[in-house]
Amino acid sequence: MNKLNVNGQERTVDIDPATPILWALRDTLGMIGTKFGCGAALCGACTVHLEGQAIRSCITPISAAEGKKITTIETVTDGSDRVGTAVHAAWVKHDVAQCGYCQSGQIMSATAFLKAVAPGKLPSDAEIDSAMAGNICRCGTYARIRVAVADAAKSLAA
Amino acid sequence: MNFDRARFELPKGIQALMASGREPAEAAAREGVARRSFLKLTALGGFALGLFPIATLAQQGQSPAQPTALLPVQQPAAFVHIDPDGTATVTINRLEFGQGVQTGLPMILAEELDADWAKVRSVHGTNAPAYIDPVYGMHMTGGSGSIAHSYTQYRELGARTRAMLISAAAARWNVDPSALRTRSGVVIGPDGQQLSYGELAEAAMQRPVPEKVALKDPKDFRLIGKATGRLDAKDKASGRQAYGIDMRLPGMLTAVVAHPPVFGGKLKSVDDGAAKTIKGVQAVLRIPVDRGGQGVAVIADGYWPAKQGRDALKLEWDTSGVEKVDSAKQLAQYRELATKPGPRKFDADVSALTDAPHRIDAEFVFPYLAHAPMEPLNCTVSLAGDKAELWVGSQMPGLDGVAASKVLGVAPENVKVNVQMAGGGFGRRAIATSDYVVEACSVVKAAQAAGIAAPIRTLWSREDDIKGGYYRPMHLHTAKIGFDAQGKVTAWDHAIVGQSILAGTPFEPMMVKGGIDATATEGMKEPYDVPMRLTVHHPKQNVPVLWWRSVGSTHTAFVMETLIDEIARATKQDPVAYRMKLIGDKHPRHRAALQLAVDKSGYGTKQLAAGRSWGVAVHESFNSVVAYVVEASVKDGAPVLHSVTAGVHCNFAVNPRSVEAQVQGAAVMGLSMCLPGAAITLKDGVVEQSNFSDFVVPRITDMPQMAVHIAPSAEPPTGIGEPGLPPLAPAFANAIARLTDKPLRELPFKMV
Repeated sequence: MNKLNVNGQERTVDIDPATPILWALRDTLGMIGTKFGCGAALCGACTVHLEGQAIRSCITPISAAEGKKITTIETVTDGSDRVGTAVHAAWVKHDVAQCGYCQSGQIMSATAFLKAVAPGKLPSDAEIDSAMAGNICRCGTYARIRVAVADAAKSLAA
Repeated sequence: MNFDRARFELPKGIQALMASGREPAEAAAREGVARRSFLKLTALGGFALGLFPIATLAQQGQSPAQPTALLPVQQPAAFVHIDPDGTATVTINRLEFGQGVQTGLPMILAEELDADWAKVRSVHGTNAPAYIDPVYGMHMTGGSGSIAHSYTQYRELGARTRAMLISAAAARWNVDPSALRTRSGVVIGPDGQQLSYGELAEAAMQRPVPEKVALKDPKDFRLIGKATGRLDAKDKASGRQAYGIDMRLPGMLTAVVAHPPVFGGKLKSVDDGAAKTIKGVQAVLRIPVDRGGQGVAVIADGYWPAKQGRDALKLEWDTSGVEKVDSAKQLAQYRELATKPGPRKFDADVSALTDAPHRIDAEFVFPYLAHAPMEPLNCTVSLAGDKAELWVGSQMPGLDGVAASKVLGVAPENVKVNVQMAGGGFGRRAIATSDYVVEACSVVKAAQAAGIAAPIRTLWSREDDIKGGYYRPMHLHTAKIGFDAQGKVTAWDHAIVGQSILAGTPFEPMMVKGGIDATATEGMKEPYDVPMRLTVHHPKQNVPVLWWRSVGSTHTAFVMETLIDEIARATKQDPVAYRMKLIGDKHPRHRAALQLAVDKSGYGTKQLAAGRSWGVAVHESFNSVVAYVVEASVKDGAPVLHSVTAGVHCNFAVNPRSVEAQVQGAAVMGLSMCLPGAAITLKDGVVEQSNFSDFVVPRITDMPQMAVHIAPSAEPPTGIGEPGLPPLAPAFANAIARLTDKPLRELPFKMV
C-alpha cells in the first residue's frame, strides 16, 4: 500500500511502487485530467506539480512522491490556487485549446512558471517560450499560449 | 438500429464529389443515401426531439400523422434536444479533434433556431445513418469538409426545429404561427406573451417536421460570421474534457499489443513467463494484427501493468516473408523510376526544353511523416452476446463499425460506434483498414475465447504510434523546366514517384484513374497555366501510407511554389508580381489572398531587419486559398522563421476565430515538415524513429509571430482545416533561397 497526497487529500493505492504517478492518477484514482502523451518525459502532457515543482508524471514513480504533495490540473477550478485559477481564466479568455489534449500539461507548466516569477514582474516572450518549451502542442496553439501566459501574469501582478 | 448496406458502399458520394470538381454536390450525393422514413430514423436514438410520439404510434400499429420524405440527415430528431431549462444540445456529425466543428456546427444550427447561445451545448454522434457527411455520403471527417458540406444542412435543421417550436406555441395560444416570432430561445406571441423553448420542447415533439423551411437572410445573422469562443474551452482548460483514452467502464481492462518489428511480420516464438508474473496482468494472448501480421496482446488492470507485461515478453519474430524497406535503397529506386515512362496526369509538348534560353533541372525529396496526434491511438470495445459497442475518436465511424462487425462476428446493425473527442488526428483516424479499431476488436475476440468477458481498452504507446505506419508517403519529384528571359515557361517535364494512398481501399475506384492516384497530384500546375507534362509512378512498398493533413498538397505545393519562385529569381522578377502575372484574371481568390498577405505584411514597403528576407507562397487546397508572406533569416547555418502573415480566402468565415486558429495551427504543422528530424526512415524494414526524441515536431520556441487575415466574401463557406498547411514550407524555403541563392529542394530542410 502506498500513500499519496493528491490535491491536499490522502489517498491509498495498492499498486507497484514503481508505477508512474500518471497511471496511479489515471487508472487507479480515476483522475483523467492528467494526460498520457509520450511516456518518456518528452512532450509534457502529463505535467503535474510535486511540492510545487513541475514534473513529468509519466516517468516519476509513486515511490518518489511519498510524503510529498502532488498537485494536478483539477485544482485550477477548485479555487484552491490563485495562480492556477488565473491561468485557467486566461486559457478560456484566449480560447487557447484546439484539440485540448496537451492543455492540462501546458497549464500546469505555466502555473509552475508563474509561481516562480518574482512578484510584480512580467515575463518576456522569450522567458515564456523557455518555460513552455517542454510542452508539445501538435495543433500548434503556441501563439495563444504565449498570449495567455502573459495575460495571466498581468492579472496576477495587478 | 436500422442500417442500410448501401450506405457502406460510399463511393456514390465520393463520385459525385469528384465529378463536380470538389464543389459541394449535395443533391447528387443524396441519391447515394437510401431514403428512410422518420419512423426508422427515430428508432435510432431514445433521447431526441420527436421520438416519443412517433414511437408510440408505431407501437399502436399506426402510421405517423405526417409522413415525411426527409432524409435522416435532415431530421431534427437526431440533432437537437432541448431540455426543460432551455439547454439546447446539438449533436455534431463529425469528429472534433481540434478543428472547432464542435462549436462551428452548433453555431450554424443555433443561428436558424434562434437559440440562446449561452444555453447551447454540443455532443458527438455515432455511426447511425443520420450522421453521414451529406456530400460524401458516408461518415467522414476529412477533406476540410465539415462546415463546407454541412452549412446548409445545419441551417435547415435549426430552422425546422424553430418551426416546430413555433407550431407548438401557436397551438398553445390558439393563434396563427405566422403571427409569432422568436428571439434567443423564446417564442413571442402577437400580444408580447412569451414561452421559452424549454417550456415548449415537449409539445414541439408532437408537431410534424416541416420539409421546406425559409432560411435567414445572412444580413440578419447574430452568430454566424462572429468570432465565437469554443464551447469546449472551459473543459479543455481544466482537465474535465474526456477523450477516447479516458473511457472507463465497470470492470474494464487495458490491453497493450506487441507489434512485429517489420510490417506484416509473424511470430516464431512467445515466452510470456515473466510477463504473467507481473501484478495486474490478466492474460497474454496471440492476436492477428494489421497487414497479415501477428502480435501479442497483454491484458491487464491498467496501462502500466500491461506495458510492463509487454516489456517482459520474450518474442522471436519471423520476418522472412515480408519485404524489408530501406530508405536509402528506396530513394535510389525512386530516382530510377522517375526516368521511366509512365501514366500521365497532364500531357504537353516539352520539345522546347532542348533549346530553352533558361533551364531548371530539379529533384525534390520528401520523407515519410507520422501524424503523431497528442492522444495516443486507442479504442474501447464491449462485446456482449450479439451486440457490440465501441468508443473511439474516429474520422470514419461508419467504416470502423463495419470493420468491427467483421472481426467480432456481429451484424453491422448491432455495432454501435460512439465517437469520442479526440486529441488530434490529422488524418490518422480516417483509415480505410481501420487498423487500430480492428486490433482492439481482435483483442476482445481473443479475450472472450480465453474466458475474459470484460470490456477492453486497447491503448497504443507513443512508440507504437511513431512506428505504427500509415505515414504520409515518401515522394520524389523531378522537374525539367524551360523558360525565356521574361519568365514565360515554354516546357515543363515533371515526374512524381510515391506510393498510392488509395490503391487497395474502397476509395480506389473513384480516386485512382488510369493508374494515377488523384491525391498524389492534387495541387500540381494550378493556378499557373504552364505547359506541363506530368508522369506519375506508384511503386508498392511494405510501408502503410495514409493521408496527412492537406494530403498531396504537402509536397505538390512545395514543389510548385519553390519552382515558380526560382523562375522569378532567375529572371529577376518580383515573386509577387510574377505570380500575379501568371495567375492573370482566372483565379480571383488566389489574387485576393496573395494581395491581402502582401498588403498586411508590408511586403515591398517595409524595411526588413538586417539578414532577413521575404518569402512568398500561395496555394489552393480543399477549395480554399491561403497565401503566406514570411520573414526569415539564417542563424548559425540554420533557417529561422520570424514572422508569418496569412491572407486567407475560404469564402464566408462562419467562425473567424476558428479560421484564425486553424490557419495558425496548419502553419505550425507546415513548419514541422521543415525542421531537422521531421522524417520517418526505415532500415532493414524497421522504422528508425520511436518517440518525440527522434521524430521532431515544433515547440513554442519554433513559433513565429503570426497574423491571419481573412478576405471578405459572402459565398458559401469552404474548408479551412487543411489549406493553411501547404504554402508555409515553400514560403519559408523561398525566403531562405533569396538569402543563400541556393534553392531548398528537400524536406526537412538540408542546408548545403
